[in-house]
Amino acid sequence: MSTLDTTLEQDTHAHHGPAKGLGRWLFTTNHKDIGSMYLWFSLLMFFIGGCMALMIRAELFQPGLQLVEPGFFNQMTTMHGLIMVFGAVMPAFVGLANWMVPMMIGAPDMALPRMNNWSFWILPFAFAMLISTLFMDGGAPNFGWTFYAPLSTTYAPPSVTYFIFAIHMMGISSIMGAINIIATILNLRAPGMTMMKLPLFCWTWLITAFLLIAVMPVLAGVVTMMLMDIHFGTSFFDAGGGGDPVLFQHVFWFFGHPEVYIMILPAFGIISQIIPTFARKRLFGYASMVYATASIAILSFLVWAHHMFTVGIPLAGELFFMFATMLIAVPTGVKVFNWVATMFRGSMTFETPMLFALAFVVLFTIGGFSGLMLAIAPVDFQYHDTYFVVAHFHYVLVPGAVFSIMAGAYYWLPKWTGHMLDERMGKLHFWLSFIGVNITFFPMHFIGLAGMPRRIPDYALQFADFNMVATVGAFIFGLSQLVFLWNVIACVRGGRKAEARAWEGAEGLEWEVPSPAPYHTFSEPPKLPESLR
Amino acid sequence: MSSSTYYVPEQSRWPILASIALFLLAFGAGTLMNALSADGGGGLGLALLLAGALMMGLILVGWFGNVIRESRGGLYSSQMDRSFRWGMSWFIFSEVMFFAAFFGALFYVRVLAVPWLGGEGDKGVSQMLWPEFTAQWPLFNPPDAERFPGPDAVISPWHIPLLNTCLLITSSFTLTFAHKALLKDELMQVRRWMFLTIVLGLIFLGFQIYEYVEAYHDLGLTLEAGIYGATFFILTGFHGLHVTLGTLMLIIILGRVVLGHFDSRQHFGFEAVAWYWHFVDVVWIGLFLFVYVL
Repeated sequence: MSTLDTTLEQDTHAHHGPAKGLGRWLFTTNHKDIGSMYLWFSLLMFFIGGCMALMIRAELFQPGLQLVEPGFFNQMTTMHGLIMVFGAVMPAFVGLANWMVPMMIGAPDMALPRMNNWSFWILPFAFAMLISTLFMDGGAPNFGWTFYAPLSTTYAPPSVTYFIFAIHMMGISSIMGAINIIATILNLRAPGMTMMKLPLFCWTWLITAFLLIAVMPVLAGVVTMMLMDIHFGTSFFDAGGGGDPVLFQHVFWFFGHPEVYIMILPAFGIISQIIPTFARKRLFGYASMVYATASIAILSFLVWAHHMFTVGIPLAGELFFMFATMLIAVPTGVKVFNWVATMFRGSMTFETPMLFALAFVVLFTIGGFSGLMLAIAPVDFQYHDTYFVVAHFHYVLVPGAVFSIMAGAYYWLPKWTGHMLDERMGKLHFWLSFIGVNITFFPMHFIGLAGMPRRIPDYALQFADFNMVATVGAFIFGLSQLVFLWNVIACVRGGRKAEARAWEGAEGLEWEVPSPAPYHTFSEPPKLPESLR
Repeated sequence: MSSSTYYVPEQSRWPILASIALFLLAFGAGTLMNALSADGGGGLGLALLLAGALMMGLILVGWFGNVIRESRGGLYSSQMDRSFRWGMSWFIFSEVMFFAAFFGALFYVRVLAVPWLGGEGDKGVSQMLWPEFTAQWPLFNPPDAERFPGPDAVISPWHIPLLNTCLLITSSFTLTFAHKALLKDELMQVRRWMFLTIVLGLIFLGFQIYEYVEAYHDLGLTLEAGIYGATFFILTGFHGLHVTLGTLMLIIILGRVVLGHFDSRQHFGFEAVAWYWHFVDVVWIGLFLFVYVL
């Protein structure tokens, strides 16, 4: 500890604090500032995308068309998906990485700080452009977040061109962010912080960054082919010229499947930090966690066509992608087992971050199991494009990815702000969210199995009851996020003073520095604490 | 700050300006393309696009100038150097994946989609739409010949493409000779070999333009010529853009060599551009094999 204190003291002499005014945020090279901007941006997008979700659910409250035009409904499903995936979940994880990775590995900042700023500031422009399409002639993109050709080419509104360029900008941002994280983790670790001592959040992010660099260019490729088909007369996705609309799906899902792991691997990392803290035990099976994460990442490149079982791929393809997909359950099972084993006979307490982490383990596993059902090709013919799919991916994304982000926020807020949270408000937020999320998405399993198709504004009468329940749940979940917002603002503004080690069982470099963490953490590499040596 | 600690730059104006420039580029390009497709002017889009391009160009000069000054000022440690190396390596990997998407599309179309259109396998639907269609590659006869008139002929690999292959492979060697010379601090040799590399790159580009003109005017091989033209132009086109960028970067690096920025110990800027050039070369070999020859 004493070495650390002197380091910090030198640190304050060597650097100034943050700059004043708006310039601090526009020109900053500080990983904490940039992390905060990512997180606030993501929260804003979460609320915008959430309002769109509530519009969808409000329309589906009853059968028949009540509130919105079917065309606008399609724009809402499309924009909700795009904003949540690219605007809410991904930037939140990058924000958490920005804040925590340098502190966890003992680095002075991210490896390439100016590029780090650029990665963030591209996003507001990209999303301004994407959201502006709502006000254009012909409306916003209306072809679903998966933008299948020819819906997104031949039959697309003119705003699709802006959508394509917005995707390009998001891709540039993600690739630069990923390069930064890789360079930071591989190059800026404190002496003695070997790869197999790396906190699991860093490991999962390192692997996620590889996935990002591998697949974001493929997404850029597929939207470029769309652009060529729309404006330059090519026939990539047009069978009339010898191309194939199914080609779009192959290239898209070659990006899209690793993308879903991009949205869950950092979540695994967060949960693997939180559970040991509140179980007051070391993480069970650290090495197997690392290998399981890497296995999931590698397998994610070999399973893309399980999204396309009904499109008419050869039988050998169906079988290969079915079994390859099921294989992913093995490393995922290892992870869930390790989390449970970490808690086994631990001295558990149930503060807000731990509640979200526990809910993650249970509810993500439910989403994992429905994924396994969807992986079975012959029965997927029944499930495909129904609400069962909607239930599945919302279970892995909302009580999965989003809960992990909230768990991470609650867990690290004391380190960021220097204030403890209001536990009562945190617990209120948790229980409202937990109940709301299940009321929203659990009935979707049933209406999906009964045959209700996704992406429609109207439905047959027999689905009415469960849809009404789901809508009530959605509003409970949506409104309870205001508690989260209130909670975060309250924690930033004040509260009980947090100690350096804000949580009793917390281990790692980030808990050795004061709360709030000083503006520049380690200008000299720190000595590792006992627990990491 | 001494070079023993990791250099964390102070605040910088470049990133936010670059974001604005990128936005202008993207918004301008989108507006221009939409206007052109709707047959209406496109002046505003073009203006925004050019403004964005100009701004981005100035920013790149300023931003890299900043980095070069810091590097010359001795602010960068060997650890910083490693960050740059990781950064450039993974950037090139992302470029590899970008081309992989188009190569994958080419393979899928050639091996699966076109034969299926011709009725191979158990897929009857396309046979009903276009019963006359027979699969072949290069695809001279797209199913819907009205919208996509096939090419009359395709580029023979054994004329310009073979020559271009020789040019690019030679240029990789000349660049390596330049690197070898730089490691021995023979700066005049570096200049000569780099100059030769740039000339080879420019000749390659000249031939490529000539080939495109020939394809459009004499062979009927266009973007609208069906899937052969589409894959041909997207692969060779993006490769050509990368050669252009690579040549431009080589010219800048040659300028920096002339200014005496590099010596045998410190020359990552040179190496990064050399890596990029070799990558472009490797992509070309893939193109030559799979687009032209096979």
